[in-house]
Parts: sequence; structure tokens; C-alpha cells
Amino acid sequence: MSKHASYWSANLRLVVTCLVIWFVVSFGFGILLAEPLNAIRIGGYKLGFWFAQQGSIYTFVALIFFYAWRVNKLDQKFGVHED
Amino acid sequence: MDLQTLTYIVVGLTFALYIGIAIWARAKTTGDFYVAGKGVNPVLNGMATAADWMSAASFISMAGLIAFFGYGGAVFLMGWTGGYVLLAMLLAPYLRKYGKYTVPEFIGDRYYGRSARILAVICLIIASITYVIGQMKGIGVAFSRFLETDYDTGLYIGMGIVFIYAVMGGMKGITYTQIAQYCVLIFAYTVPAVFISMHLTGNPIPQIGLGSKMADGSGLYLLDKLDATLKDLGFGTYTDKVRLSTLNMFVYTMSLMIGTAGLPHVIMRFFTVPKVKDARSTAGWALVFIALLYTVAPAVGAMARMNLMDTIQPAPGQWLKVDQRPSWFRNWEKTGLLKFEDKNGDGRIQYVADKSKNEMIKVDRDIMVLANPEIAKLPNWVIALVVAGGLAAALSTAAGLLLAIASSISHDLLKGVFAPNISEKAELTASRIAMALSIAAAGYLGLHPPDFAAGTVALAFGLAASSIFPALMMGIFSKKMNKAGAMAGMLAGIGITLFYVFQHKGIFFVADWKYLQSWGTNWFLGIEPNAFGAIGAVVNFAVAFAVAKVTSAPPEHIQHMVEDIRVPAGAEPAVAAH
Repeated sequence: MSKHASYWSANLRLVVTCLVIWFVVSFGFGILLAEPLNAIRIGGYKLGFWFAQQGSIYTFVALIFFYAWRVNKLDQKFGVHED
Repeated sequence: MDLQTLTYIVVGLTFALYIGIAIWARAKTTGDFYVAGKGVNPVLNGMATAADWMSAASFISMAGLIAFFGYGGAVFLMGWTGGYVLLAMLLAPYLRKYGKYTVPEFIGDRYYGRSARILAVICLIIASITYVIGQMKGIGVAFSRFLETDYDTGLYIGMGIVFIYAVMGGMKGITYTQIAQYCVLIFAYTVPAVFISMHLTGNPIPQIGLGSKMADGSGLYLLDKLDATLKDLGFGTYTDKVRLSTLNMFVYTMSLMIGTAGLPHVIMRFFTVPKVKDARSTAGWALVFIALLYTVAPAVGAMARMNLMDTIQPAPGQWLKVDQRPSWFRNWEKTGLLKFEDKNGDGRIQYVADKSKNEMIKVDRDIMVLANPEIAKLPNWVIALVVAGGLAAALSTAAGLLLAIASSISHDLLKGVFAPNISEKAELTASRIAMALSIAAAGYLGLHPPDFAAGTVALAFGLAASSIFPALMMGIFSKKMNKAGAMAGMLAGIGITLFYVFQHKGIFFVADWKYLQSWGTNWFLGIEPNAFGAIGAVVNFAVAFAVAKVTSAPPEHIQHMVEDIRVPAGAEPAVAAH
């Protein structure tokens, strides 16, 4: 495989990992599993409600910076970074 | 000092600041006009993107909708933030690497042809105009309250201000003004939230206050008390009230997320960063600044609902007396956005879920954020600040959208297709005329908006989700996607979404032009039109892949171009196509 092709498949693996987390916290915990999770409470928050209105947003922010950090490393590793 | 005078002063000062910056950085070349000369630092660009992004829908409308939707309001919270994850990973870095000015330009080159570019321009204009209608609703609400006039007059004044503002500036002006606007709007949003959270729960951080106990000595958690109050009056509990159905919420959230990643005025911002690397971090910074408001909004919504209920029913069974309506109540009545009717003639106002007994006959959701500080009896300067913040949010987004519309007409249609030899000066003039016409159209439709500001904006996202996002994503991730496939996909996606939306809301949102009324509402799996964009996107992808399979693969040089945009190395500054 060429350098570019292996860079691209490494990048795709990273993207898929991040998107799985993205899906689980929002569509999973915030919507599909909200009802069972609501049985658990942190303070006045029911957990499903917390993920839907707070937790998912914090996770999104962390995910983007995590992705940016990892993909910058990939850029370096495969030598496809900008000058 | 009375509220009216104070509001004039605060709004006047912030406007003077924006206009000052706009004049100071006035666009001189088309490059400046569209993308601000590409020298903007990721943190500042993230802040400007956040201001561009957070519109009247986020600032004025969203918390009000959450106040009435309860848990279901999460569709807006997750939808309008989660899209940045998609943007950062699936689109922004690659479009930056490609290095052109506009979204239709990329689509035209990737799908090798003018027809693809024109189709992208049409989709973009439909989505953007719908979005501007939502802004106009927000601006109309803010101005009508601030000038104490009716909604329509407020809207006309707002149109005039947006016109002056957007036509003068261009992107360079807009980028720096938007940084100032972000500061004004986030300050204006969080200050009252901190006061109210402190007052209700004793905790000054709204994100924590929302999950805390009431400070009234009852020992109840705020959310539990709200649940109990609303349940008693028949409204259903706050923390688990689903928006129509779980499926509808799922699709609604998805629609807003992919719409976020498909809206041209946001994508355009990623062309302005110096490097591919910066495109990724700009998306992260933008979301940090957006999350500041979006994590406060649920607290604002819940606490506004609590305060509203407490005002109308100060003690159980003791409803507000008609002749003791507080001044905020009377002021909002003047705008026509708040109405009551003493149906049972007992001289008190009952507010219950049962329509035949409910006497609060109109509570426009879009007034909640603006009215919230007044309801909570906060000092006048806080209320003035919120009006200024709402206008900052509405203006910055309206300007960014109008720029996207103007550039797609003057740059993509005129220069790109119909009059390639047009001079720079004529191109600028054409884009200013396009802006003026868009404002007039959106303002006219804003007189009878299809939904609350945030709902109207959600429709715009659905349209972008069903047309632009799939075309961009397939353009990057599928080398084999060809012109016929992408175009058929865009047509099918936006076509079916428009069909569903217009069937519910009327053709171009004119309520008299509805059709097929016998089919009823939300007839497709109980999904509301605002949420339909995700279905449109699925149709788009399916049609595109089916058509691409039976037509010839894209030419060799296009496949090379796709390989090239996938790696950051060799990125050059964005240039306009000539």
C-alpha cells in the first residue's frame, strides 16, 4: 500500500472510533437509553436527562480536540504534514 | 434610569462598536469580502465562528423552546453541537485543503460541471433563505419588545438594520465584528443565568444549579419541583417528556447534526484558516465557545419555566390577579406575543394544560429568554444587556448567511457560470444587490414565520442536511461517486424534504399554499417536518449510490483530486477560481 493509502486507512480508523463514541453518548445515552439511565441520579439530574442536555456536549468538545491531537500525530508519522 | 432609556444606551453602544469595526475593516477586494484574507488565528476564528453560528435561534429562541419541551429540547442541544464533530472529522480539513472560496465551487469541481455547481447554489439558497426567516423572527421579537411596538414594526426596523450592517461589511468586517459580538452575546446570556441560578438554588454556576436543591428551604431538587408543579397542572413532567416520540427525537437530532455540517455559511469559515491543521482545531475552539452557551441554555430554560409558573401561581391555587399583572407581562402584551383571557371571569389568570380552562392563551416561546430577567426581577441593566445580546446573535448570523447567499449568486452563478469576465467591482455590486433582495424576501416571509425562530432554523438545517452534506461527504470519502449520482442524490434529497415540509407548512411557507391536507400531519412514521432532513439525507445517499453504480466512473483526474485533498501536505492558500 502506498504511503497515502495507509495514512488514509489509519485516519479512517480514528474517525470511526471517534464517531462511535459520538453516537453512543448522544443517540445512545441521551435518547435510546435515556429512560433506563434516568433511574440513576447524580444530584438533581437524572442520568439520561444529563447526557441529553449536558454530558453529550462536553464529550463532543473533548472528542474534537482528541481527534485533532491524534490526527496531527498521524500526519507526522506518515510524513504528510504541512510545512 | 428607566428600562427603555437604559436599553437604548446599551444597544446603541454595542451597535456603535460593531459599525465602528465594520468601517475600520471595510472590504476592499473580493478576497477580503469573502474570506477575510485568510490570516485569522484558530481561537479567534473559533470565536467568530461561534458568533456566526449562534443565531437568534440559539440565543433568543432555544431556551424558550426547552422551557416548554423539557427533556425533548435536547434535540436542539445535541443537534446543534454534535454537528461540529462531523464537521471537524468529515469535512472541514479536506475542504480547507481543497482551497477554494465557496461550497458550490467545490461541488462544481468535484462533480466536474456547471450543472452540479448551479444545483448546489439552488440548494444553498433555499436552505439559507429559510434560515434568515428564522433570524428575522428573532430580530422582530427583540425589536418589538425593545421599542415597545407590535411584532411587524419591529421586524421592518430589523430588516433595515441588517441591510445596512451586512451590505457594508463583507467577511473581513464580519470576522472582527463577530468576535466583539461573541463577547457581548455570551456575557449577556450568562449574566442573567448566573443571577437566576444563584437566586433559585444558591449556586452561581447554572450548569450545576440546574442539578441542585432549591434555596427556598423546601429541600427539593429544582428539577423535581418543576416536574411536580407541571404534573399537577396537567403539562406532563419536565425531565422525561419526549418530543413526540423517541424515533422523532433521534431523527430530529440527526437532522440538525448533519445540517450543521452542511450549512455553507459555517463551512465557509474553514476556508479562512491558514492551514489544514487549523481547520481541525478551529472546529474544536468554535465548539468550546458554543458549548459555553449551550450548557447554560438548559438551566435558563428550566429556570425560566419555574419562574413563569411561580409568577402566575405564586402559591398553590392562588392564581395571579388580572389587575396585579407585573410590568413585564403588560409590556409583552403590547407586542402581541403574550395574551391572556379571563375565561371564567374570576379576575385571576389560570395557567393549565387543559385548553378549555387555560387562560394564558398565547405565550410565544420566543419571548422567554428576553422576558426571563424581568420575570426574575433582575436589575434593568441586565435586561438591557440581554436585548443587546439577542440582537448581536441575530445580526451576526443574518450577516454571515447573507454573505453566503450573496457569494453564491455573484461568485458561483455570475462569475462562475453566466458572466466569467465580470469585473471585481461589478461582482461586489452584484453580491450587495443579492443581499438586499434576500433580506426583503426573508423579511416578507418573516411576517408569518412557519414556526418559532428555532423551529424555522431547524427546517433550514433539514434542507442543508438532505442536499449539501451528502454531496460533500461522498465527494471526499468516495472516489467513485460521479456527477450523475451526486446530482440525482441532491435532487432526490432536497426534493423529498421540500415535499414533506411544504405539505405541512405551505409552499415557501405561505400558509395558504398547503397541499394534500388529507394526508394529515407527521404522517411518515410520526416524524415532524423539522426533523425530516435526516430522512432526506438517507434518500440522497441511497439514490446517489444507486445511480453511480449504473453510470460511468468519474474521470481519472477527479479521482486524483480526491486522493490529493485527503492528505494535508501541499496545502496552499485559498484562491478564487478564475
